[in-house]
Amino acid sequence: MTTQKARIATIWLDGCSGCHMSFLDIDERLLALAKVADLVYSPLVDHKKFPEDVAVTLVEGSVSSTEDLEKIKHVRAHSKFIVSMGDCAVTGNVPSMRNPLGVDVILRRAYLEEGLENPQIPSLVVPKLLPLVKPVHAVVKVDVYVPGCPPHAETLFYVVSELLAGRLPDLTKMTRFGV
Amino acid sequence: MSVVVTLKINDIDVSGQEDETILDVAREHDIYIPTMCHLDGLSSVGACRLCLVEVKGMNRLVTACTVKVAEGMEVYTETERLKKYRRMLVEMLFSEGNHICSVCVVNGRCELQSMAGRVGVQHITLPYYNPLRTLDTTHERFVIDRNRCILCTRCVRVCDEIEGAHTWDLGGRGIESHVVTDLNTFWGDSPTCTGCSKCVHVCPTGALFEKGRSVTEMTKHREFLPYLTMMREKK
Repeated sequence: MTTQKARIATIWLDGCSGCHMSFLDIDERLLALAKVADLVYSPLVDHKKFPEDVAVTLVEGSVSSTEDLEKIKHVRAHSKFIVSMGDCAVTGNVPSMRNPLGVDVILRRAYLEEGLENPQIPSLVVPKLLPLVKPVHAVVKVDVYVPGCPPHAETLFYVVSELLAGRLPDLTKMTRFGV
Repeated sequence: MSVVVTLKINDIDVSGQEDETILDVAREHDIYIPTMCHLDGLSSVGACRLCLVEVKGMNRLVTACTVKVAEGMEVYTETERLKKYRRMLVEMLFSEGNHICSVCVVNGRCELQSMAGRVGVQHITLPYYNPLRTLDTTHERFVIDRNRCILCTRCVRVCDEIEGAHTWDLGGRGIESHVVTDLNTFWGDSPTCTGCSKCVHVCPTGALFEKGRSVTEMTKHREFLPYLTMMREKK
């Protein structure tokens, strides 16, 4: 009889990748994790397509563009548990600081008013920004919230271990906004 | 001479003076009631509503910081209804301002942030309001960032009641309410502000801070306040 390894994934929406760095900071415990789970999709591995039937997906970043929105809906449809990993996913955090100002103001500031040689607002290839940056749970159902900027490696290891053991992690004492 | 009254808090027999509030008596008996706008040494206004408690026989919730104890009162501080409302209140404070903890001067030392942890708020279920609020850096030494203000009015009260300057006040109405200096003019132009920094130090969040402080660098010192009040009352 072969035991099936759990399938876990991570995705990176509008964030700085700090949460992924923190996840890597679990160091040698990555080996222990690799014994019980396969990382089937992640910016850290080379898979082009988000697979079917993922047990746990860690989501870094807020939902800020049309691409983020498509991705997270697809991920939700194919994941049993979704974890909002870090403040951007949980609250909108730094990306959401543009919300009171609006998209036009920040695009003009970044692409037209910075004295660039060929000032233009990008319209091809790059995804369109949404009018408001939203936390993940404002768009799809989220099962576990892990605030922190970024959450500590300990916290992320605990979250993944608990979920793989079939328990919902209790984080009330472990982390908070802005940690 | 004040009269001693006996009452029950969470089914525990306690006693207090009749001129004390429910909050005073609860604290004397090590019973925790969450507060945000209350600060020892200042008057109580019941603005934040976090200290709401249930009193048997009363059909509404009351603020423990303003309601006095009475003989035979039966107070409950930890019912499921109260816990639900506290979480809701904290969520509303977060959603109506722009509280970005990770880049805030008081990250790690903020009363709103720690209250979220205390009442178990780990995400905000309400939609964010994303208000466009102002920031005034015209004062030589301090900044008011209204994005982080929760309208507790501690600054207004300390400036009026302790410093006696009454530079701070509230302007606007409803969701537009905000703290103002003098008649809604720039803080740096204020003829009444003495630059004492009491408002900065009583502020529970990163709304008021010292210039030159970066993320996580602002520590607030409030120890002076009960001491000042006590010494003045003795006089």
